[in-house]
Amino acid sequence: MGAEKKLKMQLQCPMPKLDFDIITLGHGSGGLLTNRLLDSGVFDLLKNELLDERHDGAIFDIEAGRMAFSTDSYVISPIFFPGGNIGELAVNGTVNDLAMCGAQARYLSLSFILEEGLTMQEFWEVLVGIKYAAENAGVKIVTGDTKVVERGKGDKIFINTSGVGMLHTRADIRKSRVQVGDKILISGPIATHGIAILSVRQGLDFETSIVSDSTNLNHTVISLLDVFGPDIHLLHDPTRGGVATVLNELARDIRLGIDLEERAIPVLEEVAGACELLGLDPLYVANEGVFITIVAAEAAESVLEVLRADPNGASAAIIGTVTEEHPRQVLLHSKIGGKRVVNMPVGEQLPRIC
Amino acid sequence: MKYLSEYRDAELVAQYMEEIHRTATRPWTIMEVCGGQTHSLVKNGLLQMLPDKVRMVHGPGCPVCVTPLYQIDKAVYLAEHEGVILCSYGDMLRVPGSKHSLLESKAAGADVRILYSPLEAVKIAQENPGKEVVFFAVGFETTAPANALSVLHAQRAGVQNYSILTSHVLVPPAMEAVMNDDESNIQGFLAAGHVCSIMGIDEYYPLAEQFQTPIVVTGFEPVDLAQGILMVVRQLEKGEHKLENQYSRVVRPEGNLEARKVLEQVFETSDREWRGIGNIPMSGYELRPAFSAFDANIKFKVNIEKVPESVECIAGQVLKGIKKPQECPQFGKKCKPQSPLGAPMVSSEGACAAYYHFSQVMEEIEA
Repeated sequence: MGAEKKLKMQLQCPMPKLDFDIITLGHGSGGLLTNRLLDSGVFDLLKNELLDERHDGAIFDIEAGRMAFSTDSYVISPIFFPGGNIGELAVNGTVNDLAMCGAQARYLSLSFILEEGLTMQEFWEVLVGIKYAAENAGVKIVTGDTKVVERGKGDKIFINTSGVGMLHTRADIRKSRVQVGDKILISGPIATHGIAILSVRQGLDFETSIVSDSTNLNHTVISLLDVFGPDIHLLHDPTRGGVATVLNELARDIRLGIDLEERAIPVLEEVAGACELLGLDPLYVANEGVFITIVAAEAAESVLEVLRADPNGASAAIIGTVTEEHPRQVLLHSKIGGKRVVNMPVGEQLPRIC
Repeated sequence: MKYLSEYRDAELVAQYMEEIHRTATRPWTIMEVCGGQTHSLVKNGLLQMLPDKVRMVHGPGCPVCVTPLYQIDKAVYLAEHEGVILCSYGDMLRVPGSKHSLLESKAAGADVRILYSPLEAVKIAQENPGKEVVFFAVGFETTAPANALSVLHAQRAGVQNYSILTSHVLVPPAMEAVMNDDESNIQGFLAAGHVCSIMGIDEYYPLAEQFQTPIVVTGFEPVDLAQGILMVVRQLEKGEHKLENQYSRVVRPEGNLEARKVLEQVFETSDREWRGIGNIPMSGYELRPAFSAFDANIKFKVNIEKVPESVECIAGQVLKGIKKPQECPQFGKKCKPQSPLGAPMVSSEGACAAYYHFSQVMEEIEA
């Protein structure tokens, strides 16, 4: 359904006629060319009353309560990949980080560092991706910046998004709330996004139907908080470094152990197959459209039920438990009944030779 | 995926393990030769399921681990000073040379690329006629045919800017070296399944006979390894020393004749230096003179000094199963995956890395 909506948006948003078709250094210099870029209609995609002020910053009211603030930069290459582009990632990433704090994203800032020579067509498609993602997430982009660097000094587009959102009144997300006995849930199959990206990286391209599952998770998280409030002890999205990294970091921080059940960890068959072929361990592959939630033991089954009823949680599963044994270690119970320690990866995972 | 699920069946593994427990009446030391077997034993937690009596020793079958320091330095030199496009399999990138690793060269600006197939490297050579492309041809007999094929392709296509830096090693001489070492106490072997799928199993009969040790060719899935270990233990208990093929669904006695033809055409056997072990005669492949145009050793004059291995690294003794990684004074101290003194700590299949990530920690846990 998402793919159709995306296509519809691309068709409904034709690029305005421009008298320039690549980004040049002048477009970032702040003068005439910059204004031409701003006036070109390219940014009309993101139109809202706050952004339209085009002042140095956005001014808005907030209600009493607690706020969450997050930032992330996006340097992915290639910028177009099966299932999406860097623009959608940039929006979803920060929206999701705020959601992992227990907050509903409200406003985002959007900064571009464009490489001289980037085509307007490519820039446009990224902006369409941003519009699409922002609309889905219900978030507004209220302030931004565009810089241009010389050819060779960038990688087509780098994006930074920062975001603010109000904390859900029932949210109490803190590492210190994680206790022995808590259950660890994953909202969907792992490694999908990472493999989708790898499939188009040079030297590794292979034919596959795997598409990135990047999406906004805020609505899903908010509905969990609506029902379960403080029973949700922690939320985390396992992006770079995968599930293994995130759980290792947690285990070390809280000085407790984590037991994982390999059998329970959902992986799409094609993704598992690609990992086999490439010699990669799915536990270390980057994810986008999934999140981990650590909940009070007694609430786990109900959380699972609610998650599974959500479109972003259809394959959700309980994959592990927090334990007082082997503190600071993540132990995996393998499918065949053995045990092994899941370590923090040393640098990037490299495909094995044989 | 059909074979995968059958050979990953938890119940079957449990049954084999039970049988191993029942059959082993005294301590036995078995070496699994191939790094891929080590990886699978560790990843699936099989080591802990074996009885204490059956001790698995990780062998020198990790091509990354046995590539000499000098070869890595050569690859680094080519990437940094000759401006070549250096193509390599992924796990070679992190192995430290005497100065640094290929990954660090890459970070400093050298054109180093990770590839899955040497044929990709030939493509890169065709796409970059102004640059020299060198493929770091590391591996056992399993990867050698593809490397040989890449040379033939390049020759056929008239590509003149492609060459390979050969660092191929062969399994049977390594097993011989292990058994010839007086300090070694290996009593049985799991032979490398994929190597045998290429070369066949004939070379192993004389080894089993000469050293009076059982050799079982196994695959890499949990059931393969459990079954293979049982077969070795059974032989040991009966005092037998035969060659058996557990991996018959993939390994034919004659191997892959097409692959062997290509190997015969392109490579000749030569002496080779193994990191940590030293020179093993007739244990490697070099390009035949007819293909010298594709030999990076001939194409490029690499004048770098041969830096001796770190004296603190006892890789040789670990690779031959004489010492366990934890018995190395630097293990876990100066030598860790993020700062390895030698290759067995870098490669995910290296004995030291496997122990570091798993066994050492389990001992801490159980202590």
